Amino acid sequence: MNEIEKKHRRTVLIMGVALIVCILASFLLGRYPVPFGELLGILGSKLGLPIGKFWTDQMEAAVWNIRLPRVIMSVLVGACLASAGASYQGVFQNPMASPDILGASAGAGFGAALAILLGASSVGITIGAFAASLVTVALVFTVSRHARGDRVLGLVLAGIMVSSLFQSGTSFLKLVADPNNQLPQITYWLMGSLSGAKWSDLGFVLLPVLIGLIPLLLMRWQLNVITMGDDEARAMGVNAPRVRLGIVICSTLVTASAVSVSGMIGWVGLVIPHMMRRLVGSDYRFLMPASMLGGGIFLLIVDNVSRNATTSGIPIGILTAFIGAPFFLWLITGKGDHYEH
Amino acid sequence: MSIEVKHLSFSYGDRPVLHDISFQVEKGEFLSILGPNGVGKSTLFRCVLGLLSGYTGQVLVDGIDSRSYSVREAAKHIAYIPQSCRPIFNYSVFDIVLMGRTSGLSTFRSPKKKDAESCLWAMDKVGISHLADRCFHRLSGGEQQLVLIARALVQNAPILMLDEPTANLDFGNQLLVLEQARNLAREGYTVIQTTHHPEQSYMYSDRILAIQKGRVLTEGTPEQVLTEDTMRALYGVDVNVVSLYNDNARICIPTHIIA
Repeated sequence: MNEIEKKHRRTVLIMGVALIVCILASFLLGRYPVPFGELLGILGSKLGLPIGKFWTDQMEAAVWNIRLPRVIMSVLVGACLASAGASYQGVFQNPMASPDILGASAGAGFGAALAILLGASSVGITIGAFAASLVTVALVFTVSRHARGDRVLGLVLAGIMVSSLFQSGTSFLKLVADPNNQLPQITYWLMGSLSGAKWSDLGFVLLPVLIGLIPLLLMRWQLNVITMGDDEARAMGVNAPRVRLGIVICSTLVTASAVSVSGMIGWVGLVIPHMMRRLVGSDYRFLMPASMLGGGIFLLIVDNVSRNATTSGIPIGILTAFIGAPFFLWLITGKGDHYEH
Repeated sequence: MSIEVKHLSFSYGDRPVLHDISFQVEKGEFLSILGPNGVGKSTLFRCVLGLLSGYTGQVLVDGIDSRSYSVREAAKHIAYIPQSCRPIFNYSVFDIVLMGRTSGLSTFRSPKKKDAESCLWAMDKVGISHLADRCFHRLSGGEQQLVLIARALVQNAPILMLDEPTANLDFGNQLLVLEQARNLAREGYTVIQTTHHPEQSYMYSDRILAIQKGRVLTEGTPEQVLTEDTMRALYGVDVNVVSLYNDNARICIPTHIIA
């Protein structure tokens, strides 16, 4: 392992520590103050440590029932979107690819809107969004199989078209929705928000998230080879179409899981992988874990701003765009690539 | 390890590209595939490499039909050195070379220390150790070609296939890369290249396969192939072939220059 690899590994470790610090700090933030000692006490006792109760019930409720699921959700959603973005950019050899490139977000939006229109509960909305998201990507795959010419390009084009179709569908649902309660709910969901994060949502998405994230982490070396193009990858012993399919399925699964609980949160999947390339380079051995950690940290910080900076709580999807778009402009107009020796 | 192509024919749809191509390359031999543009050279190259499989006939690697290999097994036998490589993301030279180790790793693994050691050996062998931490994008064409050769070497495949390795290089780098290819053949690698340079093929390779209109025009030692008749049949030009230095080199001079 040479010096550069050691440096990148150290950076990833530091990010891991930074994530833990951010998580602890997030518990302390909020309208109901919880001192640090009490926080550690609550977390410790929940983990089974024999600690005598010296905090109030309200503190425990704030930390355990409200802040913890929301914090975990922010980190998971950020990690999912960023790692899916990094994966799509690699398998499609396209730096502009993002988690919604195959229509996962558009499908989720449609599914959620439909569920709201049918008067579903919050779990029903999550399930509707998740299912519609997977159906959309499956549809994109089916369409692309009939595309003539370049398969990969066909997939991306099919993604754009099917996305557009489902977005129109969502617009139609908004038109027919009851303007007094359903329409605001749909609109709010589409803006993306973690404010309603509950343990039940977390329980629903945790398994698909892990099923997706773990293979992405394990296949990160293969992803490096795929960025060289299918012919070269094959000559190096990687069956690129098959590995690409595996990675796309995993990325779709984590994207669908994330958007089904959070709604549309843009820019994380595009911006974080590029930000991480600056920090640890293009090698997916470091880029993939860095994207997961970086996505988690980023969304956690933005969500803290969202829930603390304003009384009404600006939806996080709006904030990520406010932060992400200018940052991306800075990135592309900055001093060129990070890795210039 | 030898490679034998038997009665290979290939069509794109109903457009035939290759007809009944047969040839053989022995271990330690350096074969140049020579021919004008659009005669199926690249198609033949891709068939032998296993990137195209819809051909009739056989490609035998050490006597075994290469289509019976899995992608991973095939990569352990044949390594590919593309004409150029433009990775979409920035990788260091070391990372690029390390990718050559992938065929030895299971799908869920990343390279280990011994893989890195193999890379150091290969980079030293082709003389690019000092470039290890440089960004691949920033190298000259010749340096990039050497990196791709190092990447093929760490693959531990006994057969190396170079696709027009000198096409994008300046004159000095062309000779550097060809010398590397010839040295590797001397060490026991089986080396195949496609090329547009009859004179360089003559000087550096052991055998030449001349392809015209999807068929083998002639195949043999450089002395047998680089003749005025063959050049005319191959490229449709009239040249005088001049022998130099005890026939260690031949140059082709267009007849209209000396007429």
